[in-house]
Amino acid sequence: MNSGEASALFLEGVHKSFGENEVLKGIDLVVEPHEVVCLIGASGSGKSTLLKCVNLTEPVDSGRIVVEGEEITAEGVNVNRVRRKIGIVFQAFNLFPHMAVLQNITLAPHEVLKMDRKAAERRALELLERFGLLDKRDEYPDRLSGGQQQRVAIVRALAMRPSVMLLDEVTSALDPELVAEVLSVIRGLADEGMTMLIATHEMGFARDIASRVCFLEAGRILEQGPPERIFTSPENPRTRQFLQRIIAAGRL
Amino acid sequence: MTTRGTGPAGTLEPPSPPPPGRGSKMLGGHAVLVSGVSTILFFAVIAAIVVLAPGSEVVAERFFNPFHLRQSFFGTESEPSVVGAFLLNVYIFVISEALILILALVIAVVRGIPGPVFFPFRMIAIAYTDLFRGIPLILVLYIIGFGVPGLGLAFFSYLSDVTYGIIALVLVYSAYVAEVYRAGIESVHESQNAAARSLGLSRWQSLRFVILPQAIRRVIPPLLNDFIGLQKDTALVSVLGSIEAARAAQIYGASQFNYASYVVAALLFVLITIPLARFTDRLIARDKRRHGAGAVA
Repeated sequence: MNSGEASALFLEGVHKSFGENEVLKGIDLVVEPHEVVCLIGASGSGKSTLLKCVNLTEPVDSGRIVVEGEEITAEGVNVNRVRRKIGIVFQAFNLFPHMAVLQNITLAPHEVLKMDRKAAERRALELLERFGLLDKRDEYPDRLSGGQQQRVAIVRALAMRPSVMLLDEVTSALDPELVAEVLSVIRGLADEGMTMLIATHEMGFARDIASRVCFLEAGRILEQGPPERIFTSPENPRTRQFLQRIIAAGRL
Repeated sequence: MTTRGTGPAGTLEPPSPPPPGRGSKMLGGHAVLVSGVSTILFFAVIAAIVVLAPGSEVVAERFFNPFHLRQSFFGTESEPSVVGAFLLNVYIFVISEALILILALVIAVVRGIPGPVFFPFRMIAIAYTDLFRGIPLILVLYIIGFGVPGLGLAFFSYLSDVTYGIIALVLVYSAYVAEVYRAGIESVHESQNAAARSLGLSRWQSLRFVILPQAIRRVIPPLLNDFIGLQKDTALVSVLGSIEAARAAQIYGASQFNYASYVVAALLFVLITIPLARFTDRLIARDKRRHGAGAVA
């Protein structure tokens, strides 16, 4: 059996409860390098909690999570070091409002990776330029649109050169006309071969970008496979039901 | 606590509602007239009451005699100058404020450290704030100022009265200010910490670079409020024997049978709080400008 040595991300039997409420009921998932895996499913199915567990924001109750051959759920793991390898982008952006864009991006490279300030700024400016945000370098987050904020948040995560990116419903808080600019950034990352685990409600986007789609319900992965198959001929009746509701709502 | 005082405190509403169709910020010609007349009337009534009071002449002589105002301000050979003594208040205030800002922050941070290992430290922080917020400042002054010298310790029992005063002020005010800091820290949303930690910042780095800068900015108005209180409470240090402005005024009043010295001391206290208040207003305004007037994404 695969023990996750070669995988970018390897989850085995991950359980997580909040009090009485068991949110993850044994998740097994492998993400290979350069794969883009989309997690779909209704709200409350455990997508976000899964990402939080991978990021060690929430401790798992049982099971193993291995990132690039290192078991991050083992006792005594340095969580700060693990998190450097894993970039996460949140639904609500969570930029630091008291810092200008450039400082938002350079804070962690400078303080955590101990890059000197000049080098951290150079890298940040490169990334900003690549994502068309160079003119926003000195703005404060409140002055940016939601789409711009989310792109800055992506740049902030990328500046740490993570080996895996976790995206937690990154377009859910955006006005519809701002969604496209953020999705095109993510598409660009996928084209460059960034390994990503994406929780999303954007089914069209998932079908477009994912190398694999996982359908979650009630804390379990019920079905997974290439998007062509999942979205056209899902095997599990629950997946079918979910997608029918999505189609009925005009979201696919 | 954190929301108090964030509004533009200087803009008083006009006494009459602005006429319909006008913005509430801009006073139209009519509104200016009404507010002007109302202001003049208001102060005229107050002035009339003061001037027509049966003892008004005596009070004017006792409190506002120009000669005594000037003489108590500069002092005489036998009475200390009120303004000279006020320098001691300023000294006590500046030293205390610096120490309070640091000690209170330490207490607030310690109180927020999670984990069972830090339980005793959290307990100490909680006990500290409970204790020193509960005891009246004047009692703390007596206990420190007379108790510590009585202990006969090598160094600590031979400090000056002013030093004991400063220690007492720092102990009491740090308890208040720690609570202000704590409210600020708790007002920063947990997602900020999550974002910082997800980037690999340690708990301490997150606190230092992300949480505290935001928290402190938010509590500047209530902090200022406490510091104005502190400026005034420096007068209480006189119970240990130090001659600061209020005591100097009292000495003058007792020997000259004139209380103009109290008015001088009062004005000095007011004068020093005004720049502090304006400075804080400017800090808040600068912050607002930077972040766009409360724009929400």
